Amino acid sequence: MTGVAVGGYRRDTDGVNPPLLSPEYRSTVRRAPGRPLVVLPHSLTELTGPVFGESRVGALDHDLTRQHPGEPLGERIIVHGRVLDGDGRPIPHALVEVWQANAAGRYAHSGDRHPAPLDPNFTGAGRCLTDRDGGYQFVTVKPGAYPWRNHDNAWRPAHIHFSLFGRAFVQRLVTQMYFPGDPLFGQDPIFNSVPEHARHRMVAGFDLTRTEPEWALAYRFDLVLRGRDATPMEAS
Amino acid sequence: MSSPGLTPSQTVGPFFALALPWPDGPYVVPDGTPGAFWIRGRVLDGDGAPVADALVETWQADPGGGFDHPDDPRGAGAAEHPAGFRGFGRCPTDADGQYGIRTVRPGLIPAPGDGLATQAPHIDLSIFARGLLDRVVTRLYFPDEAAANAADPVLAGLPEPVRNTLIARATGDGYAFDIRLQGEHETAFFAI
Repeated sequence: MTGVAVGGYRRDTDGVNPPLLSPEYRSTVRRAPGRPLVVLPHSLTELTGPVFGESRVGALDHDLTRQHPGEPLGERIIVHGRVLDGDGRPIPHALVEVWQANAAGRYAHSGDRHPAPLDPNFTGAGRCLTDRDGGYQFVTVKPGAYPWRNHDNAWRPAHIHFSLFGRAFVQRLVTQMYFPGDPLFGQDPIFNSVPEHARHRMVAGFDLTRTEPEWALAYRFDLVLRGRDATPMEAS
Repeated sequence: MSSPGLTPSQTVGPFFALALPWPDGPYVVPDGTPGAFWIRGRVLDGDGAPVADALVETWQADPGGGFDHPDDPRGAGAAEHPAGFRGFGRCPTDADGQYGIRTVRPGLIPAPGDGLATQAPHIDLSIFARGLLDRVVTRLYFPDEAAANAADPVLAGLPEPVRNTLIARATGDGYAFDIRLQGEHETAFFAI
């Protein structure tokens, strides 16, 4: 079998990702690998990835306020943005999955023991495909902050979890979107595990232009996945 | 053109089960596919304790070594999929740290460019969990592919005890592949 020429993807050269061992986030201590990672040359397995169609997404999956008979409590918000690669090119038709706590800071998950109320009208899970310009939009309620047991009086800043596939295995990303100006940033070891110069990339911007009058406030959150190496194929 | 900065990774946290597991997630191929088998294993932490809140995802070629993807330069004709083949699997771990993926064996993968050897049949795995600030990535190889494994450039680059962490073990209904996040028998993990 002969080799095939395929463009690779650039690696995380500017160090935006958190070190796997970040002891202030206690759960990393017994879970972070101890040996250095082995650099893997990109083969077709890494340069391709799952492509999902419309069948993966239900009609109301993008609207977390309409998945139950009644409306959830809380501040209704629109969260939108674009999924781009590291060269600024939109990534169309890519699956975006989100999950979050309700407005009181409680997840609809049996493992969440925070004594805040569940909301029978809110599950907190959504998904959509990006459009041809890489755009996505969810309607939801603003999640509450919640306590956890990492350190004394530890609280997570309000956040929405994002899971993205892009178009290649190397582009897969799971991250969290935060809200601007959160007073809890300073004491959160998960937010602060990211090198300081890149933390702002996880913080959405308030977006008055996409606010719907007398209905919902809006936040914009763009996500940037890995970009491609320059290759002879692209240059020709 | 200025390049926008990459978005950093964050942990999947303990509550991803709200959204990420799919009813058909473990099925890379539908039930009843000829030649299908289970890959089962446990995710273990540095104390050897089960990681009960991990998510394992898999990605692989079809039995012909093809990918139904626009960046496979051989074109869509290279793909030899069984009906319903998705290439992708996803399974959360249970209370014992166990996951299971139903799939078929991938074919040989052509080398990425000239001068590198063809790669032995393999499956890429991503592991997400509370306490993992980024996914960790590893590869599963098959124990009954001795010749192809011996010629595989990725396996060849690893010292033997580390290489052995990537070779699955044959079982009654497929293969076993444990993932040890940390410790003496730590699985080999890759920077991609």
